[in-house]
Amino acid sequence: MQRATLDLWVGIFVVAGIAAVLFLALRVGNMGSFDSASTYTVKASFDNIGGLKARAPIKSAGVVVGRVSEIGFDSNMYEATVMMKLDTRYKFPKDTSASIMTSGLLGEQYIALEAGGEDKKLVEGDHLKITQGAVVLENLIGQFLYNKSEGESKTAEPR
Amino acid sequence: MSDNLIEIRDLSFAYRERLVLKGINLSARRGQVVAIMGISGGGKTTLLRLIGGALRPTSGVLNVDGVDMSHLDRDGLYRLRRRMGMLFQFGALFTDMSVFDNVAFPLREHADLPEEMIRDLVLMKLNAVGLRGAHDLMPSELSGGMARRVALARAIALEPSLILYDEPFAGLDPISLGVTGNLIRRLTDTLGVTSIVVTHDIQESLRMVDYVYFVSEGVIAAQGTPDELRASTEPFVHQFVHGEEDGPVPFHYPAPAYADELELAA
Amino acid sequence: MNNLLNSLRGIGAHVIDGIWRMGVATRFFLMTLLQSGQSFRRFHLIIREIFSAGVLSLIIILVSGLFVGMVLGLQGYETLQTYGSEEALGVLVSLSLVRELGPVVAALLFASRAGSAITAEIGLMKATEQLAAMEMMAVDPVARVVAPRFWGAVISMPILAALFSAMGILGGYLVGVVLIGVDEGAFWSQMQAAVDFREDILNGVIKSVVFGVAVTAIALFEGYDAPPTAEGVSRATTRTVVTSSLAILGLDFILTAFMFRGV
Ligand SMILES: Nc1ncnc2c1ncn2[C@@H]1O[C@H](COP(=O)(O)OP(=O)(O)O)[C@@H](O)[C@H]1O
Ligand SMILES: [Mg+2]
Repeated sequence: MQRATLDLWVGIFVVAGIAAVLFLALRVGNMGSFDSASTYTVKASFDNIGGLKARAPIKSAGVVVGRVSEIGFDSNMYEATVMMKLDTRYKFPKDTSASIMTSGLLGEQYIALEAGGEDKKLVEGDHLKITQGAVVLENLIGQFLYNKSEGESKTAEPR
Repeated sequence: MSDNLIEIRDLSFAYRERLVLKGINLSARRGQVVAIMGISGGGKTTLLRLIGGALRPTSGVLNVDGVDMSHLDRDGLYRLRRRMGMLFQFGALFTDMSVFDNVAFPLREHADLPEEMIRDLVLMKLNAVGLRGAHDLMPSELSGGMARRVALARAIALEPSLILYDEPFAGLDPISLGVTGNLIRRLTDTLGVTSIVVTHDIQESLRMVDYVYFVSEGVIAAQGTPDELRASTEPFVHQFVHGEEDGPVPFHYPAPAYADELELAA
Repeated sequence: MNNLLNSLRGIGAHVIDGIWRMGVATRFFLMTLLQSGQSFRRFHLIIREIFSAGVLSLIIILVSGLFVGMVLGLQGYETLQTYGSEEALGVLVSLSLVRELGPVVAALLFASRAGSAITAEIGLMKATEQLAAMEMMAVDPVARVVAPRFWGAVISMPILAALFSAMGILGGYLVGVVLIGVDEGAFWSQMQAAVDFREDILNGVIKSVVFGVAVTAIALFEGYDAPPTAEGVSRATTRTVVTSSLAILGLDFILTAFMFRGV
């Protein structure tokens, strides 16, 4: 085969490969939506994060506004500390609260932000004061059973 | 500069433990065609590979163009090989390149020449073997004889001072055989090279070479000019020159007595 | 007793033989890397090999990718639908492809398409004394024949894997969104929310590079090491496909364990 034809084919091949990677990065992956340059990080502590993982979405009113960047354990307070990267396009009041929710019954866990009423906005490095940890199914069931047996014993006693 | 391009003295060679060559003495004068003949498995190819530096002697002296081959590093060997051409038995043309590119290959690898000059040189070499018209064919489109001639053109591309031929006549029809034989002679004379031809085609050899060595069972069994050999009364040479079935070279491979093996003696 | 000793001896010989071959293969691989300079100085040598390893594998990669993606779309939809979460179809299709199926299946196809071709080609060059002829012309076959093939194939592999994944996702989109009618917005947005560029896509690319190196090194060595006969070359070709397929799957396990642990 002629050198020129060969070069042309290989050129097409390489360009197609680059296009495929760009497609994967921008259309399939999250390169297009989040860029580390345009985020700010805030911190929140939870008594229990359940099954929350790094990179889990942070939503407000159902819209993804950021991602969990890091999860740690504070051995003084015995609490989980979660670093959240929020998109700079979205500003929240200082007294915003964070709670860990589950999408669907068995779906992945995410952090929901509920805006407060203060005028001052959250900035890089802020700490969220009001948090609500994950609801752990086992605890819920345990509580339910406990309540039930307690109720039963109360009604049974007078007899 | 010594008269002999190749000097071999007491050369022995073993594949692992098996001694294949046992004390060979051989020399080739510059500008001569020297034939190495003998029965198959006698060690001719091995000898050629030693001269080409693909193998190292177990013991003995092997000098090519004044260079001692047994103590040569890779660079030295590659430098020496640029002055050697080798014609492999079936040509060993690069099957993914055209005839032109095959002949151009050593030029492109070793000489930094402009493409027009390479073109002229390649066509010149192809013309020397009578195949200038075939330059854009692929090796698969060539007959056995043509392939060998292209390989010859490739072997002389860098104008070597030594050309090694491994069985250049094997499997050729009588016409191609004669053509190839004449070509070897003519190239040797016009280019002033030395040619070592391994072959078992006795008639063609006696017609065109200057000197013949017979290798048998790892030693030089006989040697001489074609005229001396034709006149020789030595049984081995006689058997070989006249193609007789039995003689010092037996028809039978060594075996237990026939009767024993068929258990007739019991 | 004697039989036992003999079979023990047989096993021992096999092991020693295997280790020896591994040593030879490693040396050959290092030689290839050492002798790569020339290939990059004469880049057209590599371009030729990108053509035969990469461009000539395009059809099989693109078609297989499309079909694998379409099957993933169908099967994934069936399963997700029972949980009422068919919007997650995009996530399922893209993550399976980008993390696993893209690199692995593309490498398996590459091994049987390009790897076997490399072994056969080099084995035949050896059997027909082309490599010996090159050596007699003072040209190192490792530098001139082996190294360009190595780099051509290693460059082609991640490109093919990326194309496979992209085609597969398009296939999943065709079946899921166009044919079945999963919501298009959810398909893409959930996918984008779940697929991370570094964690998933880049790791997939790294996998495919590793597979490319493994397949090509095996194919080249098998060809170079093949007995110079028709039978020897055909056996070596088979061995290339078997060995490199096993290597791909084994390496995939190891890489996956390192990359996606705890995520
Ligand atoms: N690579 C090798 N390893 C071991 N033995 C070999 C090898 N090559 C050739 N031989 C043996 O060496 C002897 C001489 O072979 P060779 O030089 O090819 O003979 P010729 O070319 O005269 O037919 C033969 O008996 C052959 O079996
Ligand atoms: Mg021979």
